[in-house]
Formats: sequence, C-alpha cells, structure tokens
Amino acid sequence: MELDDAEVKKIAHLARLGIDPADIPEYVRNLTDILSFVEQLNKVDTAGVPPLAHPLDASQRLRADVVTETDQRAEFQSGAPLVEDGLYLVPKVIE
Amino acid sequence: MQHKTLAELSAGLDSGDYTSEELTTACLERIERLNGPLNCFITVTAEEALAAARAADARRQSGKAGPLTGIPYAHKDIFCTRGVRTSCASRMLDNFISPYDATVTQRLAAAGAVMLGKTNMDEFAMGSSNETSYYGPVRNPWNQDTVPGGSSGGSAAAVAARLVPASTGTDTGGSIRQPASLCGVTGLKPTYGRVSRYGMIAFASSLDQGGPITRTAEDAALLLEAMAGFDERDSTSVDQPVEDYRAGLGNSLKGMKIGLPAEYFDGAVDSGVGDAVEQALEEFRRLGAETVDIRLPHTYLSVPTYYVVAPAECSSNLSRFDGVRFGHRCQDPQDLEDMYKRSRGEGFGAEVKRRIMIGTYALSAGYYDAYYLKAQQARHLIRDDFRQAFEAVDVIMGPTTPTPAFRLGEKVDDPVTMYLSDVYTIAVNLAGLPGLSVPAGFVDGLPVGLHVIGNYFDEARLLNVAHQYQQVSDWHTRVPEGFE
Amino acid sequence: MEWEPVIGLEIHAQLATSSKIFSGASTAFGAQPNTQACAVDLGLPGVLPVLNREVIRMAASFGLATGSTVSKRSVFARKNYFYPDLPKGYQISQYELPVVQDGELTIELEDGTSKRIGITRAHLEEDAGKSLHEDFHGMTGIDLNRAGTPLLEIVSEPDMRSAKEAVAYMKMIHSLVRYLEISDGNMQEGSFRCDANVSVRPVGRESFGTRAEIKNINSFRFVEQAINYEIERQILLLESGGAVIQETRLFDPDRHETRSMRSKEEANDYRYFPDPDLLPVVLDQEFIDGVAAALPELPAARRQRFVDQYGLSDYDAGVLTASREFAEFFEATAREAGGNGKLAANWVMGEFTAALNKGGIDIADSPVSSGDLGRMLLRIDDGTISGKIAKQVFEAMWNGEGDADRIIEEKGLKQITDPAAIEAVIREVLENSPKQLEQYRGGQEKVFGYFVGQVMKATKGKANPGEVNALLKKMLGS
Repeated sequence: MELDDAEVKKIAHLARLGIDPADIPEYVRNLTDILSFVEQLNKVDTAGVPPLAHPLDASQRLRADVVTETDQRAEFQSGAPLVEDGLYLVPKVIE
Repeated sequence: MQHKTLAELSAGLDSGDYTSEELTTACLERIERLNGPLNCFITVTAEEALAAARAADARRQSGKAGPLTGIPYAHKDIFCTRGVRTSCASRMLDNFISPYDATVTQRLAAAGAVMLGKTNMDEFAMGSSNETSYYGPVRNPWNQDTVPGGSSGGSAAAVAARLVPASTGTDTGGSIRQPASLCGVTGLKPTYGRVSRYGMIAFASSLDQGGPITRTAEDAALLLEAMAGFDERDSTSVDQPVEDYRAGLGNSLKGMKIGLPAEYFDGAVDSGVGDAVEQALEEFRRLGAETVDIRLPHTYLSVPTYYVVAPAECSSNLSRFDGVRFGHRCQDPQDLEDMYKRSRGEGFGAEVKRRIMIGTYALSAGYYDAYYLKAQQARHLIRDDFRQAFEAVDVIMGPTTPTPAFRLGEKVDDPVTMYLSDVYTIAVNLAGLPGLSVPAGFVDGLPVGLHVIGNYFDEARLLNVAHQYQQVSDWHTRVPEGFE
Repeated sequence: MEWEPVIGLEIHAQLATSSKIFSGASTAFGAQPNTQACAVDLGLPGVLPVLNREVIRMAASFGLATGSTVSKRSVFARKNYFYPDLPKGYQISQYELPVVQDGELTIELEDGTSKRIGITRAHLEEDAGKSLHEDFHGMTGIDLNRAGTPLLEIVSEPDMRSAKEAVAYMKMIHSLVRYLEISDGNMQEGSFRCDANVSVRPVGRESFGTRAEIKNINSFRFVEQAINYEIERQILLLESGGAVIQETRLFDPDRHETRSMRSKEEANDYRYFPDPDLLPVVLDQEFIDGVAAALPELPAARRQRFVDQYGLSDYDAGVLTASREFAEFFEATAREAGGNGKLAANWVMGEFTAALNKGGIDIADSPVSSGDLGRMLLRIDDGTISGKIAKQVFEAMWNGEGDADRIIEEKGLKQITDPAAIEAVIREVLENSPKQLEQYRGGQEKVFGYFVGQVMKATKGKANPGEVNALLKKMLGS
C-alpha cells in the first residue's frame, strides 16, 4: 500500500491532527511501511472465520437503573481549559 | 532495606523491624539519590507517601494490616490518581490532575500500599523502548546506553534499580513483560478481564491489562492479589473470585507439560537469548516438568494483526483528547477546527500520531474490511491456536523478547523494526491469555527473560512455575552495577 | 409531470430512565449546566461505560409492541466524529446488530383508510450534550448534562408518500412510546424528535430519487411543514432541470423552509467499529418473554375494549385511544360517571376537547379533572341538570368556580321536574300568548316549539325538557 501526501493529509484531517507540512514525507514513509507490513495479513485465507472483537466469549453485564453519581462539576472543571458559568467554552460552533 | 523483596519487607513490618514511615523515607531517599539519570519517575509524591505510610503504621498498630499495608510501590502514570497529575507521559495531559482514582489505585490504597509516585512510560503506552515519553527516555539500569523496554519502562527500571520493591504496569502488546525482561525483573500480564481497566487510561481497550512488576514471583502474587478482582465499573471485568495466588507457589512441577512452539524458537532469536532460554528449560526438566514441541501456526500474523487492532482502537480512544474539557488546548485558536488540530497536533508526540493515523485509516470507509475486519478474523485464528495448544500442555514457554535491551535511539526511526521486538508477547494479548516474564540469564551483561504463557485465569500456575524456577536460580537476585 | 414523494423517518425517542445509558448520572431535565455530567459522561481519561438494564427492557418492549424481532444478540458500536458536545469524540450507538429489527405499524389516514409502515430497525444510542450559542464573547458554551441520555432511534422504511402520512406515523410512534411508558415524548424538551428523509420520483417509477435528510425536527407541525417545503423544493428543482443532491438540511421554523447544512457535510466518515469497552448484549427467551408479559394494554387492544365495554363506535374508540393520556382521562371520567361510557365519550370528545383546543392547553394541565367531569356527568344522569345546563356548569368549572354540585347549588341550576310547577309556568305562557295559541289551534303545529322555548326561557332553562313537552302536549290537547 503506497500512501501519498494527499491521503496522509486526509487521514490527519479525519483524526483532527495538526501536522507540520515538513513532516508529511516522513509520515508518508512511516505509514506506508507500516501498512505494507500489515499486509502480511493477506497471506491467510480468512473466509468464513468470524471476527473476534473480544478475547473472552463473555456478554454484557447490565447495570440497575439507579442514580449513583453526584454533582462534581467544580472538581471536574477545575482543570478545564476554559469555563464560564459552568459551561465549557470553545471557539464558536457554526451550524 | 531496599534489597529486600516485598514479601520480606512485609514480614519486617509485621515483626516491627522497621516502620512503613522508615521504609518509605528510605525509598524516597534512594529515588532522590539514584533516579536522576534513569528518569524512572514523572512525579514523586513524597508528602502524600509519608502521610500514607504513617496511616499504614497506625493501621498495623491496630492489627488491621494486610500483607501490603505500608509497602511502598510505584504506579505507572497511566493509572488515574485523584489529586495527583496523571500524564500518560504526554504533553496532552501534562496539566491533568485526575479528579478520580482508578479502581486499581483504590484497591492498592485500600490494601494500605504506599504510592511513592508515578512512573515514566511510553506516551499513552505506545512504544517498546520508553523513548516516546514527553518527559524523556528512561534508561536501563543494567546499561544506561540501552533502553529499559516499554511501555512500562519506568516501572520496570525502578524495580530493577531497587528504587522500589514493586510497581504497577500495563500490558497491551507486551508492555509489562518486555520491559520486565529487558530489566531483569518479574512481570505478569493477567488474563484479560482479571484486573479492572477503570481509570487506566485506555490505549487499546480489548488488549489492555494491568499487572504487577516485582523482583520475585512471590511478590507478584502478593501485588496481583490486591490489584485483581471484579469491578462493576468495567464491563469487560470478569466476575470470578480472586485466588490466593501464594497458596500454590510451593506446588511441585512434576509432570507439568511445557509447550515449546516451534515458531518461538526460530532464527529471529538472538543466540545468547536462545541459549539462556534453553538452559532455563533444562532447569524445568530437572524440576520434573516435561517439554513438548507444539505449533502455533498463526504466530506470523500476530504483529500485523496487532498493528491494525491496537491503532484502530487507539484512534478512537484518543479522540476524547480534544482540548475541550481537560488536557492541552493550543493558544488562541482561530476557530473550532484550528483548536482541535493544534491542540492534538501539539499535545501528541510522533508515535501517538502515527498510530492514530494508522487506526483512522484502517477504520475508514473502503478499508474497514481489508484491514480491521481481516485483523479481527486473524485474531480468531491466533486465539484458536492457543486454545488447541492448551488442550495438550499446561503452560507455553519461549523467550520474552528476541534480543536483550537495544541501544537508545537504535530503532526509533524505524517503527516496524521496533514493533517486531514485541513479536512473542503480542499474541498473548490478542488471545487475552495471562503471560509472565521471569529473569532467566544474561547476555553481555543484559538480562534475558523467559516468557511463560498460561491458560485463561491460570495466573496461579504461572506464578507457581516462576516461583519454583526462582528457588533454583538467582538471576532475579542480581543487582545492576551502581545500584548495590 | 406527476411527482410522488417518498418519505422515511428516523425518530429519536429519549428513554425515560432515571440514570443515563452508560453511567449513574441523573437524566432529569433542567439542572444547572454540567451538574449532571459525571466522569463517564465527560469522557474523562480512563472511564468506562456500563449498560443500563432498563434501556434494554424498554427497547425490547418497543420491539414487541411493533411486531419486531428483538435481537438475542446485539452489539454497540462507536460512531467517530469530532464535535464539542460529543465528549469522547465518538457516540456509542448500534450499527450492524441493533436490538430491534423488522417491525411494522398501521397508521390511519384522514380518509379513513389505513396503511402499513415498515420499521426497519430501532437501535439504542447515547445522546450528545448541548451547544449554547448565546453570547460568551463570541464563543460557544457546552453543557453536557444531556450527554449519555439514552435514545431509541426508530428507523422507518421509506413507506410514506405524503407529509400527512409522515405525521400520522410520527404521532402513532409518539402515542406508542407513551403507552409503553418508555418515553415522556416531550417535544419541547427535545425528548422526541425526528429526522426526515425526503425524495421525489415520477409517479410510476420504481427506483427512488436522491434524498435529502432534514435534521432535528421537534414538532408534528414542523414535520409537516418541513416535508411539504422539501417536496416542493425538490420538484421545482427537478422540473427546472436541476438535480437534488444528497445532503443534510435544517428546517427553519421561522421562515418555513429548509436550508443546507454544508458545514456538517464535509467528508463524514464515521469509522464505525464494535465498541471494545462493551460486550455483546445477549438476551435469552426468558427475558424477552418477561418483557412481553409485562407489556401494558396497547392502543389497538384498548380501542377494541372500549367498543366492547362501553358500546362506543370504532371511530370514537379510535379517537379516544389516540393518546394514552386521552384514553386514561376518558376511562377515569367514565368510571366517575358510574360507568356511563357513551356519555363520558361524548363529553370528553366534545366540550372537553374543544375547551382544551380553545385554551391551547395540554390535557395534563386541564383545570377540569376527570373526577370533576365525571361527577358532573352523574348529575346529568340522575336528572339534576339537563345536558344543556351542563354546558354552563362545565364552563364554570373550567373557570375555576368550584365543583359541579357547588355550581349547580350556587347558581340555582337544578332542573325543575315538579309537574305542578311546570304546569303553572305553561299556563302563564299560554295566557300571555293568545295570538300563538290561536295559530296553533288553527293547525300550525310549528308553534309548539315556540311554547317550549318560552317555558324554558321563563325557567332559565331549568325545566326538565321531557316534562315540559309532555305537559304542554297534554294542556294544548285539552
């Protein structure tokens, strides 16, 4: 798998990662290497093999519908980047 | 004092040879004196530790002490600790004071263990050399030009250098066992679901598992007992009682079947490492165990599978670091997109960014089936290899890593080569099995680890095997030069 | 060219649990910002989700009530995208294996016909927080109290062919979730909202046209307006040689139009994958049977019962069971009125509904309770007041003048049934109307009504009309 600059930029945008344009060639090289390496997976025929998302064949436990949490806003917001009137502030969201 | 094992220290506290405060003070002094060049710690919590030690002494006085009460330990900086910076060795969380405790943190506190500080690691646990930390690399106490392994490098090096008797680690693809091996200490990755992941900052959720790093198997048993157990806050935690891991340490290994996968003894193994492992196996035969040749035919798929599954999960797990509610936010963002991109671009290091991008790519439209789905299928094949193998053998052994510690900077520019240093440990995470690395010799003054893989929830047997080996070997008692 | 609209709805119903879908934080509406956003809701580093049992029960009951398949195995997946009110950078939803699949509902149309609407699936997901665009020095404020509130997203087949059908379907779902008590259906608070997928095609064509998705519509009226606007827009566009583009649009209720939300459109690639923090939800038959056994009486069954038990017409029973509140108000009224269902139905559907509509009030806020109304109906039943006087009594009750008995007493509205008293009034009326009496005797029988009117007027409507008729006939005949 050969990636190009445009693809790396597109992936970085999807992941909202700012990357220095000067670093793009290195990302192209590294990511291409990794993807080529990963392509060893194609050596095995997996037709009919069910995908395994979890190592143990367990099922989801269900929690009782009970309110157990109390207001901890002050502590949670004490380290927040920008807060006003209990709200987290971000640059204007344009709908 | 610092050369005693956790079990010995526990006995010493019990018999009143010293107090936890004295022990804690001694450890803090040693950290102060020796940690500098090793860089094992991101944060040392001296004051909190001394307060906890005094509380532990009071508890011991009142007769309510357990084996860990008053025992100092170092906590990997991936576990959330309320009121203490929890950085994950990332600039992203350099300013993050966790408002809550991880379940493991809580359990250790409840046992009376005394946290000395938070250890250095690869950023967000992504690395095998501890070179990706925002706080600089950790150095291997056995040779400071070499890496301690990763990602729990600070935890392993701190135990190896006798800065602490025990530490915690997490293991997603080998991050406990590989640094334990490279630093000459004992490290155990439990069965997936045995130790709660709540409050353990996620790298790859279906692979991550916390565990102990200690000098001896007996110490690992003590620490694991406190760390493990069902947690209703973790849906993947298994509701099964925790065993008394010490009870079976003395069991004989007579008749035990040890599987030796051909795939773990191929040309990729350094000859010195291979020899050390062979000698260890000879020791097990002398102890009455039987070795059996087995096959794990899909081993070659494990590293590629891992490098799809782990980045895919991490790309999503790390999306919450967006500069909105906690962590790093860039200066003067022009707009929302600029805030996301610069905060994340500045907050994450190169390896983390690489993995996020690989994972994003593997999950994206048009590539999901070829990468992610394919990897999940391969994962099934890998797990079934082990299931089959464990029908015939009790444990599986091999080298923990193909080579001893490599030099700092040696693989940093070549991700794929770096990834291959986890070739023997990764499959165990994909299958969710428990695995342990036990010191088994030296090559050119650098430690070699023997990897012992067990069946699901067979931690007691792994600890028994390692303990028996440690009764007839002394690798785990060796001290690196300058740290005697 | 004749065009046919094709409409499918995605309805989001907020489930009425006490705690959130994956955390123990409260779901109560209206708290101070971020005071009900716990560590899990905030997506703090290291936190993990644990599924609320109640949401599974609620989803299963919806599935059973719509003849759907309740999946024995369903999976939660992550939908990845960045938005400030989405704390983890992904929404936990269901993708490939939803909890409910393949059901249907029958809607009734205004012309009396009915139509089957397919339900493709209903899946569980967590709600996002809210972005507040008020003035924070040009910034947006984020309140995450709503983040993690459980939603059931109900996806229909593209089976609707007009805005009216879409509204009928949405009302039906609204009624159903309230019958099931799985959602309060409060549209003002956003507990019940929908996205509409709209396309048009030439009549007779099999394949669908390109659709636009109108997001987040939160009233029945807006749904109708938005769909109708969108149909018009697409037809105009196609007829002028243009093409509809697949996009997300927003309905502007002030301008009655939809507009493109291009900003949200750019390269959405949600990268769904199974959430590794959650395990597959496995339901056994016993659980599903338990939910089935506990289902309340559903609208169709209740409608039939109203016909059987109260002797109502099918139409009336249909109107009364359209919403759970309405049906319950009716039954409580009928019970209070000694089981006289027909009388109760007439009043609930008549005066009572008219008063609600006139005041624009919700049934829950009605100043007249079912007990008040029922007790008044008892007075009609026992002859204390006539139906006509009852309207006065009802109006007084509506205006808060007290209960029926008190109003009848205070206003002296009690019906006059004493024949001697009525006879006296009739005699007086006849004496005062010699001209009319002559006409009547001359064969103009219409004048009879005039006499009745005069008697009622003289008694201020309180004379028993039956008695008046009988006596008048007798006296005129003699």
